[in-house]
Amino acid sequence: MSYSNKVKEFYTSQLSDIQNAGIFKEERFIHSSQAADIEVEFPSGANLRKVINMCSNNYLGLSSHPDVLEAAHEGLEKRGYGMSSVRFICGTQDIHRELENKVTEFLGTEDTILFPSCMDANAGIFEAILTSEDIMISDRLVHASLIDGMRLCSAQHDTFKHSSMEHLEEKLLLHSDKRIKLVITDGVFSMDGDLAKLDEIVKLCEKYEALILVDDSHSSGFIGRTGRGTHEYFNVVGKIDIITTTFGKALGGASGGCVSGRKEIVQMCRQKARPYLFSNTISPVIVAGVLKVFDILSSSTERRDKLEKNAAWWRKGLTEAGFILKEGNSPIVPVMLFNAKLSQDFSRDLYDEGIYAIGFFFPVVPNGQARIRTQISAGHEIHHLEKALDAFIKIGEKYGILGLTKEEIIAKYGA
Amino acid sequence: MEDIKEMVRKYVISEYLDEGENITYDSPLISSGYVDSFSMVSLLVFLENKFKIKIPPSKATPEAFDSVNKIVELVNQYINK
Amino acid sequence: MYISFQKHLATQLKEIEEAGLYKKERIIVSPQGAEIELDTGQKVLNFCANNYLGLSNNRQLIEAAKAALDDHGYGMSSVRFICGTSDLHKELESRIARFFHTEDTILYAACFDANGGVFEPLLTSEDAIISDALNHASIIDGVRLCKAQRYRYENADMEDLETQLQLAQEQRFRLIVTDGVFSMDGNIAPLDKIVELANRYNAMVLVDESHSAGVVGETGRGVTELYGLMGKVELITGTLGKAFGGAIGGFTTGKKEIIELLRQRSRPYLFSNSIPPLVAAAGIKMISMMTETNELQDRLHGNAEYFISRMTNLGFDIKPTKSAICAVMLYDAKLSQEFAAKLLDEGIYVIGFYYPVVPKGQARIRVQISAAHEKEHLYKAVNSFAKIGRELGVIK
Repeated sequence: MSYSNKVKEFYTSQLSDIQNAGIFKEERFIHSSQAADIEVEFPSGANLRKVINMCSNNYLGLSSHPDVLEAAHEGLEKRGYGMSSVRFICGTQDIHRELENKVTEFLGTEDTILFPSCMDANAGIFEAILTSEDIMISDRLVHASLIDGMRLCSAQHDTFKHSSMEHLEEKLLLHSDKRIKLVITDGVFSMDGDLAKLDEIVKLCEKYEALILVDDSHSSGFIGRTGRGTHEYFNVVGKIDIITTTFGKALGGASGGCVSGRKEIVQMCRQKARPYLFSNTISPVIVAGVLKVFDILSSSTERRDKLEKNAAWWRKGLTEAGFILKEGNSPIVPVMLFNAKLSQDFSRDLYDEGIYAIGFFFPVVPNGQARIRTQISAGHEIHHLEKALDAFIKIGEKYGILGLTKEEIIAKYGA
Repeated sequence: MEDIKEMVRKYVISEYLDEGENITYDSPLISSGYVDSFSMVSLLVFLENKFKIKIPPSKATPEAFDSVNKIVELVNQYINK
Repeated sequence: MYISFQKHLATQLKEIEEAGLYKKERIIVSPQGAEIELDTGQKVLNFCANNYLGLSNNRQLIEAAKAALDDHGYGMSSVRFICGTSDLHKELESRIARFFHTEDTILYAACFDANGGVFEPLLTSEDAIISDALNHASIIDGVRLCKAQRYRYENADMEDLETQLQLAQEQRFRLIVTDGVFSMDGNIAPLDKIVELANRYNAMVLVDESHSAGVVGETGRGVTELYGLMGKVELITGTLGKAFGGAIGGFTTGKKEIIELLRQRSRPYLFSNSIPPLVAAAGIKMISMMTETNELQDRLHGNAEYFISRMTNLGFDIKPTKSAICAVMLYDAKLSQEFAAKLLDEGIYVIGFYYPVVPKGQARIRVQISAAHEKEHLYKAVNSFAKIGRELGVIK
């Protein structure tokens, strides 16, 4: 009621600071289903454009898969639209338990608890199981939602250099006096697309008696021979105490997340995790869709195999064209441009060529590490990738960066 | 005086920087992204243990930790007490 | 390693169970509605859902969701600012703003996230948050993530609020935060007085309308409508997970600049998918339905009045309310559990709440009325309450 000019000016000036820093996030409105080909309104009010989407987390191309849609239709008919309640009052249907069991089976864990999102799973897990006698040791590049969860927990926290096993070992030694030590990492890191060294982390955790939490949001469904995630890739299934993951990316892409792992940890979350206790769980129609996703993934590895092939093709194509990529083994393929403005210009020019990919720069990635992050999908056909590659090469030539080293690009455009 | 500075700089390099990266006493640490506010904890613990001081949480702000010089300034306030 | 931790957790779980606080989940095999079916085969009348308008299984919402499945697919697989914004999100945002007479709206995956992400981007350690002691857990978590100075006033206590506002005068900006309807008592925040104090002490106001939107006010626009203050508070947060269809999703609606800044800085918005398109489509349909006719709101208000007056006449001790939450006070924790269990045997599904969810010695059964309840459902519930109430000596 007292929205004074002073308040209004304060917020207005913050907004113009963001705009002046060139980091204002402009949303593009998608009028079609999420897929390799989408119809976009951008900027607001512009005519719709057909573009190839190279930046979604729709890794398996299941976001608008006909079988998933059909299952969702059926879910609506059989289970209604909403639950209008949290789980423990009157918000649990049998299909919620069914999905929890299915995830448990798929990930090879002991039990699973659903959350409205993986953000909520990560926000709720730490406080539910740790206290001030304990320590959380996290990789420095873990996802923001894990950081928020740790901020809400009274346990002490420390970090280790990204994927540095020496540094992690140092920290495990330093904190050897704590009651519970929990090591926290992403399975696949979302900005670089690299995998955590889970096999080595498991060894260290065994040596120093620590627990492990892996956020497998960017791996569940496609990393590992049968797509179980990074723990399958590193052959440490059953050795990860806590896996958190999302259904909002590869696994249908609608919403929802979970904590999966040791039985007692999951039980504890059901009693104490605040986002679980105080928020509706995933609605029945979404559950019905995710159940179908797991059916599809359990019956065949075709989609993850195709994704792997697509990603390899894309990496090879870009590398041969002379782009600098971040090394990795995932469908996240960052094309390094180093300079923030160049990444923005490059992304805009790609859009003009009908290719939708976003430039990322500080503070989302470290200073001087600006990039276009491309994400490959099993929904891409070779003709999509060919068209995208042609566009990348065309724009790369325009800016004269093909074949240049990092230093040469920085010399040309600045860091 | 110089000793403390160099000690802090070396710690920051070993704790936060990647191989081949370097900083001066004035390099911005937090606003440039070398140290995120979440990882500041290690630095705080290092300072408190090394110099046998206690820095109150209200003083351990990202601004006060933004360069080696600023950190040393902060540390000196408590060493001299 | 896990073995010692496992023992530690097992002990804690046992303690929770022994304290009688272990939350068991009842499994429902039908859609949500006035009548539901449990996995035991039992069919019961549901009086504990937030399904205030009876929209959770509404045919029109389901049709809208199905149409969206067909033309917008199932998931977006992206956060809003990358490639997760559909035209349906934009439309719902502007429809919500029109509904509440506000300037702009930002959607979240849940109201838990709306409340979790609203404070940190707007306020710093120079500012003050003055929060009602009974505010929802999600507000508390949001405040915990924000560096602003915290002040707390006793539930709906305007003298205490004034004292806290005086104490907060040295801060740069002040934000008063209150639930519109408090979920355990069903009482309504005295928003007229809060706004008066906010004017006097130069503070902004945020109202969480989760239990009031769709319910309170003649046309269901919440407590700002009830007090004739539509468009007069800076921020409203609300949910699509209760009266408004009950699936998932939440929102913050209010001043344009603030909403725009939240889009740039609010962490749950930046780091998590929005609601799927089908939920946005159903939300749009829901707002249309509520705007076209007042039938559901009128039915809800009629049902609530009827239930509360019958229960009061029977001699039950009911917390005064103008909301759809009716707290039947029993005071004793064990009695509340026994009462709820016996009601379930009668086919009435309600929950008994006791410490620490409500204060010690304030145990109760919370009844939630819905527009989906038919007169015969309400008769049956009242009669069952009367029967068990007499059996347990709660009423004569």
